[in-house]
Amino acid sequence: MNRQILLTSLLLLTLFGGLGLVLPEWVIFLMALALAKGLVVLSVVLLMRAGLVSFGQGLFYAAAAYAVGFAINRWGIGEATVLLAIGVMASIALAALIGVVIARYREIFFGMLSLAFSMAFYGVLVKAYDVTGGSDGMGIAPPTIFGLVIPPERLRLTVYYLVLICVAIMLYLIYRYIQSPLGTLIRAIRDNEVRVAYLGGSVHRAIYLTYVLAAGLGGLGGVLVAINVGHVDPELAYWTTSGEFVFVALLGGTGSVFAPLVGAIAYELVKSYAFKFSPYTWQMTLGILMLGIIFLLPGGLWSLGQRLRRRQV
Amino acid sequence: MFTLPLIILADGLVFASWLFLISLGLTLIYGVLRILNIAHGSLYALGAYTGAALIIAYFDGDKWWPPGSFVVLLGAALLVGLVAGPLIERGVLRRMYGRDPAVQLIVTYALFLILEDGIKLGFGVDPYYAYKPFGLLGKVQLAGVSYPYYYLLLLIVAILAGGLLWVLINRTRFGRLVVAVIHDPEISTALGINLPVIYVVTFTLGATLAALGGAFTAPMIAVVPGIAVEVIVLAFAVVVIGGLGSPEGAALGALIVGLVRAAAVHLIPELELFTIYLVMTVVLLIRPQGLFPQVEVRRI
Amino acid sequence: MTAVLQVENLTMHFGMITAAEGENVVVNRGEFVGIVGPNGAGKTTFLNLVTGYLKPEAGRIRFMGQDIVGLHPNQVTALGVGRSFQIPQLFTSLTVLENVLIARSTATGSSGDFWHALRQNSRIEEARALLAQFGLEAQADRPASELPEGGRKLLDIALAFALKPKLLLMDEPTSGVSVEDKFEVMDRLVKVLEESQVTAMFVEHDMEVVRRYAKRVLVINGGRIIADGQPEAILSNPEIRRAVAGWG
Repeated sequence: MNRQILLTSLLLLTLFGGLGLVLPEWVIFLMALALAKGLVVLSVVLLMRAGLVSFGQGLFYAAAAYAVGFAINRWGIGEATVLLAIGVMASIALAALIGVVIARYREIFFGMLSLAFSMAFYGVLVKAYDVTGGSDGMGIAPPTIFGLVIPPERLRLTVYYLVLICVAIMLYLIYRYIQSPLGTLIRAIRDNEVRVAYLGGSVHRAIYLTYVLAAGLGGLGGVLVAINVGHVDPELAYWTTSGEFVFVALLGGTGSVFAPLVGAIAYELVKSYAFKFSPYTWQMTLGILMLGIIFLLPGGLWSLGQRLRRRQV
Repeated sequence: MFTLPLIILADGLVFASWLFLISLGLTLIYGVLRILNIAHGSLYALGAYTGAALIIAYFDGDKWWPPGSFVVLLGAALLVGLVAGPLIERGVLRRMYGRDPAVQLIVTYALFLILEDGIKLGFGVDPYYAYKPFGLLGKVQLAGVSYPYYYLLLLIVAILAGGLLWVLINRTRFGRLVVAVIHDPEISTALGINLPVIYVVTFTLGATLAALGGAFTAPMIAVVPGIAVEVIVLAFAVVVIGGLGSPEGAALGALIVGLVRAAAVHLIPELELFTIYLVMTVVLLIRPQGLFPQVEVRRI
Repeated sequence: MTAVLQVENLTMHFGMITAAEGENVVVNRGEFVGIVGPNGAGKTTFLNLVTGYLKPEAGRIRFMGQDIVGLHPNQVTALGVGRSFQIPQLFTSLTVLENVLIARSTATGSSGDFWHALRQNSRIEEARALLAQFGLEAQADRPASELPEGGRKLLDIALAFALKPKLLLMDEPTSGVSVEDKFEVMDRLVKVLEESQVTAMFVEHDMEVVRRYAKRVLVINGGRIIADGQPEAILSNPEIRRAVAGWG
């Protein structure tokens, strides 16, 4: 199984890399956006494996994006790799703090607390106009990538490849996590928390660690989106953004590490076409599509390819 | 010296009644159907739009007796509730019972998306102004601030809604069945309670309450697309504070949030947007299941 | 003789119900103690109190000489107390093998590891050996949810056992198991326990099982320990049989 996944990954990486060279710019932009958001969706899935639905990944998504905004605009840091590190560290630091409180809760209370923190952050972003630019947000100038200044005509493609590299690395890390004792313990916690306690396991610690990990992942997605779009605004922390991530997580299904990414790409493509098709009813189109998938494909989109083997990641 | 506390109390009560009205239906539906209805905000919006549209038509030409507009608002709520309620419950939700709660949540989210655009299609994107009922009852001076009597009406509507629901739950046979279902759906079925009927009636009731909140809010605001989005998250917070499925909890939660927010607005304005989340976090730290949680079953 | 468990004046009420009242008992190393009594007498509550799931109103509980009142179940378990449940508490979406792997992982303190693989050859071998002791090695790769009732009970006990506990507490190890399988399950269980010299207590309703396997019997009624001694003597005592109605 190990070799199969490795081969598939390399194949996909080559495929996506190659596609970057032939597809039009707007598609590359969309793909980069989708893959970056896919990382945040993956973070939602990580928490779902514990039985927790986070309606507040937007918090880390936004926190990392704004950290990058500050770094570029106020501290003059213009190198992409450094910005990535800053963004991820910002979200991890935030999660390390919040996790102490939130990791004690389950089900809807976890969901609501995560939402509360995200909405509180949204409030801060809107109110602190002088610092954050308020509802207008901040612009993000194109950074240097590995020290190189990228000419404008190559920027989209380069950012796309940056996203691909990050996604590849994260997929590998998450894969290892899933195979690890912690990764399996999380599923055990979802199945039976009492039993985990009666095995001497620390449920709180496992959830805390996973929460922080998910935050880092969400933050990475936020940084990549900020760089790709060139702009950050408070909407990143609004509950509808977080809701979208949850939505896509269920759309893609939870059967594999690739599932959230597949779901994210499908979602962005459909959203884009739905918007082009009818700008005033794209939400309705999405909603109807979602209902269709839920009624006809209980395993999400991913189950289309997994019909024969029911596998849980 | 008493003016500020009085103002805070008055403001707090007004906001509390509004919060209570918008969350009562949500907590009822959760308690019975165990579904967190994200489309709740959309039902509120439908109530607001329908109310506003009917009010505008009602006052067109000055033909009708103005105070009758309040009945019109009530009628709008009933219209939305009695139509959308059974349609949603029977058409969509019924197929989702027994599925993973996360999937049920997504279904209501999908419904919310559909209704968001549906409302735009049906009512257009321009604001609806239905101010007439708001000024109808005149104003009163309280500690130097003028409060429209409409706020008092809102408070009365909230108390009536809560009171009638209480009577329904505690003094009628239907109410007893509902309580049984809230405490244990499985045993209720075993006892022969007709679950599908309870579900559709309860959902319709919850939808009507949501629409009621929207209808009576319409004269106070500009009814625009997007009001659903704000209401959903506020209603959820109040429901969580009060304890899922507890109308009394929603009342107390709404009161606490209302008063704290009013205090914040007048004392520390920067905190205004945060108050509800602050209250929720504090309450959950002290009582992890909310103010009046439902029964917990011993697992081992 | 070394005392593994010392319970002194254990008391717990749930409103009007007396779940435990002044319970005193000392269990020494290597003992195999049966706990009997009518329904609602407080047998499971006893286990819940000892393992920290409930906090007693009064009394002391000492495990290997250490005071454990106020500790949470995961802390009590980490000290060396394993427990199985009336309704088997398993990880239903994991395979039987994974259930044991997780148990071993928490026991060895590696459950926080998020980099190395859980399924390592040495660990898998160890887990399979454990499953073999309980007769479950054939089902190792099936989801735990697919096990028959007897298998679920055995897996539940195996998980507790995987921790290499000093004290094993079992709540009705044969309930729900068919009559034909009961003695097989107990035979296997007793053999495993004797091989590793684990001290064990088990709640049981089936008097035949108690008579055959227990070396000592505690009778709990209304939260009180009304008898403590040899199975034969206790089970044939008419007063006790009367006090605990429902015994044939």
